[in-house]
Amino acid sequence: MGNVPSAVKHCLSYQQLLREHLWIGDSVAGALDPAQMADHTEVMKGIHKYPGVRYPVLTPNLQGFHHAVAAGATEIAVFGAASESFSKKNINCSIEESMEKFEEVVKSARHMNIPARGYVSCALGCPYEGNITPQKVTEVSKRLYGMGCYEISLGDTIGVGTPGSMKRMLENVMKEIPPSALAVHCHDTYGQALANILVALQMGINVVDSAVSGLGGCPYAKGASGNVATEDLIYMLNGLGLNTGVNLYKVMEAGDFICKAVNKTTNSKVAQASFNA
Amino acid sequence: MGNVPSAVKHCLSYQQLLREHLWIGDSVAGALDPAQETSQSSGLPEYVKIVEVGPRDGLQNEKVIVPTDTKIEFINQLSQTGLSVIEVTSFVSSRWVPQMADHTEVMKGIHKYPGVRYPVLTPNLQGFHHAVAAGATEIAVFGAASESFSKKNINCSIEESMEKFEEVVKSARHMNIPARGYVSCALGCPYEGNITPQKVTEVSKRLYGMGCYEISLGDTIGVGTPGSMKRMLENVMKEIPPSALAVHCHDTYGQALANILVALQMGINVVDSAVSGLGGCPYAKGASGNVATEDLIYMLNGLGLNTGVNLYKVMEAGDFICKAVNKTTNSKVAQASFNA
Repeated sequence: MGNVPSAVKHCLSYQQLLREHLWIGDSVAGALDPAQMADHTEVMKGIHKYPGVRYPVLTPNLQGFHHAVAAGATEIAVFGAASESFSKKNINCSIEESMEKFEEVVKSARHMNIPARGYVSCALGCPYEGNITPQKVTEVSKRLYGMGCYEISLGDTIGVGTPGSMKRMLENVMKEIPPSALAVHCHDTYGQALANILVALQMGINVVDSAVSGLGGCPYAKGASGNVATEDLIYMLNGLGLNTGVNLYKVMEAGDFICKAVNKTTNSKVAQASFNA
Repeated sequence: MGNVPSAVKHCLSYQQLLREHLWIGDSVAGALDPAQETSQSSGLPEYVKIVEVGPRDGLQNEKVIVPTDTKIEFINQLSQTGLSVIEVTSFVSSRWVPQMADHTEVMKGIHKYPGVRYPVLTPNLQGFHHAVAAGATEIAVFGAASESFSKKNINCSIEESMEKFEEVVKSARHMNIPARGYVSCALGCPYEGNITPQKVTEVSKRLYGMGCYEISLGDTIGVGTPGSMKRMLENVMKEIPPSALAVHCHDTYGQALANILVALQMGINVVDSAVSGLGGCPYAKGASGNVATEDLIYMLNGLGLNTGVNLYKVMEAGDFICKAVNKTTNSKVAQASFNA
């Protein structure tokens, strides 16, 4: 793995158990990169399911849901948006139409005791519409929560949010949905992700989405970064004394593995600082 | 500035750009938009002073030696962005810091814009006199909260360094020249690891007591987190008022903006940063260093905090210096805004 500076060893405890939620793909045809997720069934069937780890998959419609269940999925997610334009361009239907589809999926999932998570993208801004009102985010979140999603992940899809807009949005959503049912999904396109996550934690949110190595760029800003890096998130949470159960070094190793596989340098600053360049 | 990607044009209306992402001068005093109301009711300061350290701390850590003319042009560009404090250079021996060998020429060559201050580093009396001769009207001294770092970085113990700084600061005060004090390794040391908040307070008090008007607390290797920042500031603020404190965060582990946010929440309203996140980390090869001024401004704008700084002009200065040192910017805002 390379030399770890003593400063890092000083700052990070070694006693962690590995326990993660793994996001292994979705069954969406026509996703931004359909080729990447085309092997959803093989991946779902091929992974080793460790005890204590949950493996949700994205299922945008009933067909995808049935394929997912057939492939062994035991948890699903649906992906809505707080912006009409984004909804139409991303999944080819209005917010209302998408909610009707998701309702079918979520109800079927609940009948089978399969938990369903709801995503709301563009929660802090939209690449087409610009500003998104907190009220709109609350409206869409309520819809998903009401149909039976156990958790709503609020996504800053293009990373334009700041601690200011995050606070205003969460204050609004939390009037209708308890913080224990909320998560934040921050993109680091403008370097704001960890500050935004910190504010969410301060407001009582305790579920955070992230991607190892900060995998994935931003399709709306060429050359820009995307997901917040799991390593950098863990580093901050460790420093705050918050329990995650996750072993930072093992995450860094997984990050190193996947970066080599996709032939790119990591987007994680912790990884950059820790490996010999 | 380069082409603005269509996604950015779509993403941000120009009304919104002007209101939320551009802060042109101080023309919005008294205007209460929802963002500003938030800052006033949330306990955050109304105004944040950004101390731009790119020309000194940033360039000091860049391998490419930048020609004097380029440095002067760079600083002149920064002077037109609304930044009120720009750290120009360091009057240190060129043997130690070759990048700063042209300190006198740079100091004499820059255009001094009204309303902008141009502090310089002066580690000892000799450097101080050269700085004054070259026209400096504000100086800074650079201590450390770690004995090992002090010995390795400036070849003397903390106590010895304080004695030298005392000479400098007293001379400066006699001439009515303000002096700023830096405390490096405030959240961790590359040699000693953990640094206690008490040690940071002790060194800060020493500098404040000898007459430094402001103490900049530096997370030199970027290992700090909001947790350690809070603990350190709580300790220092028992002895030094927040109005006399600043934070100087490095982004080596991606923690800088979160750490700065916590400092703001605790009442600190002076933040150091470097345009484009100039300057790597000499202690972690390949890692980044200073927090990028552009990313900092983006956050402060989003919080409704007044900085007086025009983000786009800062991005242009960043683009200029990145081309000069032949590297890509470390600012995520710049990366997202320019065509890659």
